[in-house]
Amino acid sequence: MLQTNLKHILTADEHKKFIAENENVMICCGRMGPMCIPVYGIMEDLEGTYKNVSFADMEFDHPESHVIRLAPECKGFMGLPFTVYYKNGKLVKATTSIQSMDQITNILDAQFGKLSENGK
Amino acid sequence: MTETIYDVIIVGAGPAGLTAGIYTSRAKLQTLILNEGTVGGQLVLTHEIANYPGVGSMSGYQLATTMKNQAQSFGCEIKANVNVTGYDFTANPKKVEINSKEAFYGKTIILAPGGLPRMLNIPGENEFKGKGVSYCATCDGDFFTGKEIIVVGGGNSALEEAVSLTKYASKVTIVHQFDHFQAFPHAILEARSNPKIQLIMESELREISGNESVNQVRIENLTSCKIIEAKTDGVFIFIGYIANTKGVEGHITLNKNSEILTDNDMHTNVPGVFAAGDCIAKRYRQVTTAVSDGTIAALNAIEFIRIQQNVN
Repeated sequence: MLQTNLKHILTADEHKKFIAENENVMICCGRMGPMCIPVYGIMEDLEGTYKNVSFADMEFDHPESHVIRLAPECKGFMGLPFTVYYKNGKLVKATTSIQSMDQITNILDAQFGKLSENGK
Repeated sequence: MTETIYDVIIVGAGPAGLTAGIYTSRAKLQTLILNEGTVGGQLVLTHEIANYPGVGSMSGYQLATTMKNQAQSFGCEIKANVNVTGYDFTANPKKVEINSKEAFYGKTIILAPGGLPRMLNIPGENEFKGKGVSYCATCDGDFFTGKEIIVVGGGNSALEEAVSLTKYASKVTIVHQFDHFQAFPHAILEARSNPKIQLIMESELREISGNESVNQVRIENLTSCKIIEAKTDGVFIFIGYIANTKGVEGHITLNKNSEILTDNDMHTNVPGVFAAGDCIAKRYRQVTTAVSDGTIAALNAIEFIRIQQNVN
């Protein structure tokens, strides 16, 4: 299990349930490595403000993480972490390697609507 | 609304900034750390720290987390993942602005923004980041199992990572701009004697290209100016760090490498503004030296405040 304060998704079934039950989802699939830790940190910081988004992590090396590792949108990815965004259960955006706060908030705003538009 | 005036604002939460925060908050000074990325700075980019006295071997993340918890236990406030967008050191208290909208005021400032990995800044580098371009061998090495890759750089990191990547890659080509390496002799020897490693000296990458992922680079020989195209599956870049001082230009004195100039007590040229860690002009950049700088900066900030209080 990853050492983060995010919700941990441990199985493919949990992943399926999580994206089905939450309208807007961001999942970071990685290890406890240098490129992944900053992304988890950003997600932990955003949890308080982006209340319209459900955040979670998934361990890259766990066999059940195939639901992200083998997603068509992640084809060609060769850098950890794989970060995926779901809207109403559909994968709408995927990124590879480390991302900055600005890059992540730009995706959240573009895919799920800006905070002000959500009345937050 | 009443604005809080902090005794000390520290910019940067790497080893230097966190150490300074531990010292000033333990001295009962109201301390705020503002950090542009994740707490820990470059320390979290290190898989294993084996030369930090007293802790044996642990991950950079663990060490950074321990430092952060230690600072917070003394009352130090930390705001991470902010954009520092402005400074005003001319007034008292001094101002640090974040996200172009929120201002914080401090009687003293300790600048410890650390360093940033140097980029090649060539076509394709950004486009293929995570799709063949990598800055972390331990993170991404296994994606290149059985593949041919290029490592750019000639220092210790480049050569050590090139050797470690031979665990995965079928062939590693090191491209370096000089006719000699800057690494320690043992690292050079290890790289030169590895049968999977090939060297291309006095050359620089000019372009990285591909389709879904990297499949080709253009390399220029700097003596003949001849450009060759080479097939490759990945490019790992280890060409050092630059001081992360972009925002403080014009506010304090920097050298030609954009590093902050300090005296031995970590004073900058502005009274009440100190600097510590990888952002300052110095020869050795280690976790231990950053911790030392942070300690010295904090103790001098504490003394600065005490003197100011006595004057007033």
